[in-house]
Amino acid sequence: MFGVQGRVIAAITVRATMGRKRAFLFAIPGVVLLMVTVALRLGHPEQASWPAAILGVFGLSVVMPLTALIIGTSVLGAEIDDGSAVHLLATPVRRPVVIAAKYMVATALTMAFVAVPELVAGVIATGGATRLALGVFTGALAGSVIYNAVFIMISVVTTRAIAVGLLYALIWEGVLGNLVPGARLLSVGQYSLGIANSIAHDPSLNAALTLSTAVVMGALVTAVALVIAARRLASFSLKGEPA
Amino acid sequence: MTAIELDQVSRWYGNVVAINGITMSIGPGVTGLLGPNGAGKSTLLHMIAGFLPPSRGSLTVAGMASWHNPGIYRTVGLVPERDSVYSFLSGEAFVRATARLHRLADPEAAARRAISIVEMADAQDRRISTYSKGMRQRIKVAAALVHDPQILLLDEPFNGMDPRQRLHMMDLLHGLGEQGRTILFSSHILEEVERLSGTIQVIVAGRLAASGDFRAIRRLMTSRPHVFLVRTSDDRQLGASLIGRPAVTGVELTGRGLQVRASDYGAFSREVAVLARDHGIRLREVLPSDESLESVFAYLVET
Repeated sequence: MFGVQGRVIAAITVRATMGRKRAFLFAIPGVVLLMVTVALRLGHPEQASWPAAILGVFGLSVVMPLTALIIGTSVLGAEIDDGSAVHLLATPVRRPVVIAAKYMVATALTMAFVAVPELVAGVIATGGATRLALGVFTGALAGSVIYNAVFIMISVVTTRAIAVGLLYALIWEGVLGNLVPGARLLSVGQYSLGIANSIAHDPSLNAALTLSTAVVMGALVTAVALVIAARRLASFSLKGEPA
Repeated sequence: MTAIELDQVSRWYGNVVAINGITMSIGPGVTGLLGPNGAGKSTLLHMIAGFLPPSRGSLTVAGMASWHNPGIYRTVGLVPERDSVYSFLSGEAFVRATARLHRLADPEAAARRAISIVEMADAQDRRISTYSKGMRQRIKVAAALVHDPQILLLDEPFNGMDPRQRLHMMDLLHGLGEQGRTILFSSHILEEVERLSGTIQVIVAGRLAASGDFRAIRRLMTSRPHVFLVRTSDDRQLGASLIGRPAVTGVELTGRGLQVRASDYGAFSREVAVLARDHGIRLREVLPSDESLESVFAYLVET
């Protein structure tokens, strides 16, 4: 269904992304999540709600956006920055195909580096495949899908993708999302929490959105972000020589 | 058939005009886009290649607008100036991947053919990161040729090449032009286009300064008066014999050496060495003292 062009782009993207020195960064947040979970588990905290706090607040709201930011901005952004994107774009490949291939790779990598550790951490924290463990796993899968669309769009729109993405994750989601209830409606972190909570039913996750709101808004944001990314990529231009 | 057609094309960035009302048509054969750095060659080439929209004017490549039209890359191949390629791939894998992006029926055969054109078969299995500058340039040309395009655009293809690699690339482009393809390359060094006959378009400060047969423009450029600074083991004696040559119009002894005005660049360059040898004089330095490209191009604009 994806076509030879998509497969070529995806294969090159996986090699380029995993071959960069940056690649080891992808694993760090997930590894930290696992280490903290194991430490807490061994420490037997008295507060019974600690698994929801570590899996939700830390896992879905910190590890998830950070990892997706690094991966989502590098699958296409790195190529745009160093100019090698020209080789890809000077072919008749339709621009939406480029975005789709990059997006699939970023989503799959984020699932591997965040959703899987999140599931393992959930199992360790709750002692099995509990509703909470499965809930945060599903939330992390959804987060991988939505965040990467947003971060790929940012990487096509601006050359300062990491800074803009960090501002979004820290200021919008972190600060405004906590203070202004309306900001939660446009917060990817809240979508994944809402989806996670629909399975986990755990008030300690602090999910603010219902499942239907989270799914509808998440789908909408993903679609809009990918369309913008494809349109902006079609207008990719080369800078002239320094005058 | 005209492959590339520009009609009153301008491009500006804010208040800065990079390209100012250029009209030109480029047909089959090799055409050089010549001009000093910052003249707007890359801007022009990027617009032709579909990677920059003109601010005004019309521009067609193979009869189609190139901006927002990836379809043109079926007939156009582009060799960008920047040397960033997927350097973790082998040369062969890079060219084959490009062939697959073009959805060619037999990507392996197309890659083999393109790699043999640029004579890179021996190195095709090495990673691009191990390639020299000239090899990278050649593998980029192979990738741009893999779908057998009628039009090939090259941005500063000779940059950073050693003389041997340069000759090889010139022969390659010349051969491609002979086959009836339209080859357009940019360069800021006159001597680079020496072996490439055909037409040149000279761009100075965003305008088309000269256009036409390479030899005629080359003559214009080389027959202008030149000033050289020559340092030798015996300035006075060499000066005396130089003034007897028709190519030399003036000689002056200065504290820094011998200042020679010549009417013919080529003739002077050949004769000075012969004269020095015949008189047993050692040449320490022969410096063209007004050879900045800007002065050459400025001269051209004035004529």
